[in-house]
Amino acid sequence: MGRAGRIAALCLASSVSLAHAEPHARYNLQQPVTGIAEQINDMHTLMLLICLIIFVGVFGVMFWAVFNHRKSKGAVAAHFHENTAVEIAWTIIPVLILLGMAWPATKTVIAMKDTSNPDLTVKATGYQWKWGYDYLQGEGEGIRFLSALSTPREQIEGGAPKGDAYLLEVDNPLVVPVGKKIRVLLTANDVIHSWWVPAFGVKQDAIPGFIRDTWFRADKEGVYRGNCAELCGRDHGFMPIVVQVLSAEKYAAWVAEQKAKAAATASAAPSAEADSAPATAPDKG
Amino acid sequence: MAAVTPDQLHGHHAPRGVMRWLTTTNHKDIGTMYMIFSFIMFLSGGVLALTIRAELFKPGLQVVQPEFFNQLTTMHGLIMVFGAIMPAFVGFANWMIPLMIGASDMAFARMNNWSFWLLPPAAILLIGSFFAPGGATAAGWTLYAPLSVQMGMGMDLAIFAIHIMGVSSIMGAINIVVTVLNMRAPGMTMMKMPLFCWTWLITAYLLIAVMPVLAGAVTMILADRHFGTSFFNAAGGGDPVMYQHIFWFFGHPEVYIMILPAFGIVSQIIPTFSRKPLFGYASMVYATASIAILSFAVWAHHMFATGMPAAGQLFFMYATMLIAVPTGVKVFNWIATMWRGSLSFEPPMLWATGFIFVFTIGGFTGLICAIAPIDIQVQDTYYVVAHFHYVLVAGSLFALFAGAYYWLPKWTGHMPSESLGKLHFWCSMVFFNLTFFPMHFLGLAGMPRRIPDYALQFADFNAIASVGAFGFGLSQLIFIVVVVKCIRGGERAAARSWESAEGLEWTVPSPAPHHTFEEAPVVR
Repeated sequence: MGRAGRIAALCLASSVSLAHAEPHARYNLQQPVTGIAEQINDMHTLMLLICLIIFVGVFGVMFWAVFNHRKSKGAVAAHFHENTAVEIAWTIIPVLILLGMAWPATKTVIAMKDTSNPDLTVKATGYQWKWGYDYLQGEGEGIRFLSALSTPREQIEGGAPKGDAYLLEVDNPLVVPVGKKIRVLLTANDVIHSWWVPAFGVKQDAIPGFIRDTWFRADKEGVYRGNCAELCGRDHGFMPIVVQVLSAEKYAAWVAEQKAKAAATASAAPSAEADSAPATAPDKG
Repeated sequence: MAAVTPDQLHGHHAPRGVMRWLTTTNHKDIGTMYMIFSFIMFLSGGVLALTIRAELFKPGLQVVQPEFFNQLTTMHGLIMVFGAIMPAFVGFANWMIPLMIGASDMAFARMNNWSFWLLPPAAILLIGSFFAPGGATAAGWTLYAPLSVQMGMGMDLAIFAIHIMGVSSIMGAINIVVTVLNMRAPGMTMMKMPLFCWTWLITAYLLIAVMPVLAGAVTMILADRHFGTSFFNAAGGGDPVMYQHIFWFFGHPEVYIMILPAFGIVSQIIPTFSRKPLFGYASMVYATASIAILSFAVWAHHMFATGMPAAGQLFFMYATMLIAVPTGVKVFNWIATMWRGSLSFEPPMLWATGFIFVFTIGGFTGLICAIAPIDIQVQDTYYVVAHFHYVLVAGSLFALFAGAYYWLPKWTGHMPSESLGKLHFWCSMVFFNLTFFPMHFLGLAGMPRRIPDYALQFADFNAIASVGAFGFGLSQLIFIVVVVKCIRGGERAAARSWESAEGLEWTVPSPAPHHTFEEAPVVR
């Protein structure tokens, strides 16, 4: 299967996954595919529920007063202006509710920070305005490529109909195996960028001159899409992140393909630079 | 009334025309100028916002190019924060604090003039930077390094504008602190002071504490840009994240600088139209002070995605969640004030009640953002945009309108049009929610902020938000009509313009004469 075939398959897969993911991502967080994203989703639902209950309670009281304690309905004002017991109660009870919220959040924060024992370590480098990936350790070590927006300019400027993955498609996606712990090291070459894949619950700034890390373990094969999440200049809105999660076998095949390509490039280096370097790969259109 | 002397402006050899306004040291004149200035800036920032919403009406690039789009978002933020909201509250402080505490003027009347007249040059620098080579700064209103170091000359103009506005704010704050502490009428102890004075006193301390920090941060950017320093450049031993720490050490208290005076205004209005004293006055004061103190210990909750250690994330998460407690106390107190009152809904009360309702939604999303793992998901998305517009527009701005309708009779001598005031309120309320509520969904579903174009699944909510934004923008023109009509005529306002309004400001005639309380009133 050549490059074009692979890309066609990827486009198909992506459009299917997009159509599939869309109903979930309309009013709420995207469908989670990692344990951490799952925890974040559950926590968000819980918080929303608690807030909703408080909201209904507090504004139930307020609107009761608004509709019933009206001067036009003959309401006569009472004259209380203090009640120590009530005031203490509405200070203490919120503190208890907050403690209940803080407990699960604390566990998740600690889990998110645990980047130890990864199966695969990839370095992502933010550039104005694309991403670079280096496979540092684990299966696929040594693979490196750049990943830039592949949406054609005409679509953005309205000259052509917009594709399904408009602005969320790249020439070379990050490819990782399913069910494995992937540690992502982040840095940047120029200004601060931020590597964000909503379905993974991962967002980590890429800071020039420093290395930060984060991790994810995707439970489901598929194509997952995100954006740069830190204003980084003119094309901040045009440097998406696409992660393709493959089964172990397909991943091994992909690694072999990349290695073969790299070897071919190395042997043919002096004569055929132009069509080998990912940075200058032709647009798939 | 013995405390009031007739308007002596005409008897004096006071300057007329432009010179009157350039040289005035009268707190009412200066307050008026602050408010006119901030409204002009509000409209300018609004035009930028509408250009942004026009571009985002549908996917693709139609109206502006990405670089200019970034200039628009940046300048919208800077103009609204430093040009509209902050000076508007200082205008209220100038007009109302002396009237509320029975002082004849602000403590430093000449400095007061200077702190206002610094603002127009700053605004010219800021807005003029659009015409500098390379355009205005496009680094976001937070001006994060190293992006802000890359910017063109517009960035330098913005830095100088921020310096000047900072100096103005600090002088204004010093004036307010000294006035409130030293010039209260005999008998008005601190705990008898109207809550608006209390919230402004605390806000003024916040301003004095953090404006120099901002000045330091932008000066370091200036030095990195032009003098070869490396404060925020790792290659020279600096750290880009340090900028964010310094900026947000200013930035978070700044959030409360923009909301505490709003709390004060609402705390004046709710009791008046509930015909009942404010519930829990003392706890309101303590809650305000707690919010102010906590505001210095939460700054890094804006930076959860930078990759802080777990201990840092937990500390800032807990501290941030704590802020919900005093804020909750305030909301409960307002509602308890309304409870079993005798309510009527003239425009000031409508705005104040609307404020409580919509601001609290912003409070809830603030609590959700405080949870570090959730924040990592929604940080730098439209969820955050929705959150801070709920607290800044529905919070600060709605309270400013509430206050304007409340005190317009005192300023102009005429009652504002009730029907137009209500129309203004309902239009603003509906269009505000139409604009910003869908942004929660956009953010949750994964739309980043500060992007000129977006993926197709975000199209419908963006279209709704854009329609809402234009409705909201046009609704504000009603306010101009209200104010102009109110200045030119209308029902005469009594000294006590609202039936059960309490406070010294209602003991002087409406409109308030040029000089009031030349002899201090005595408060029992």
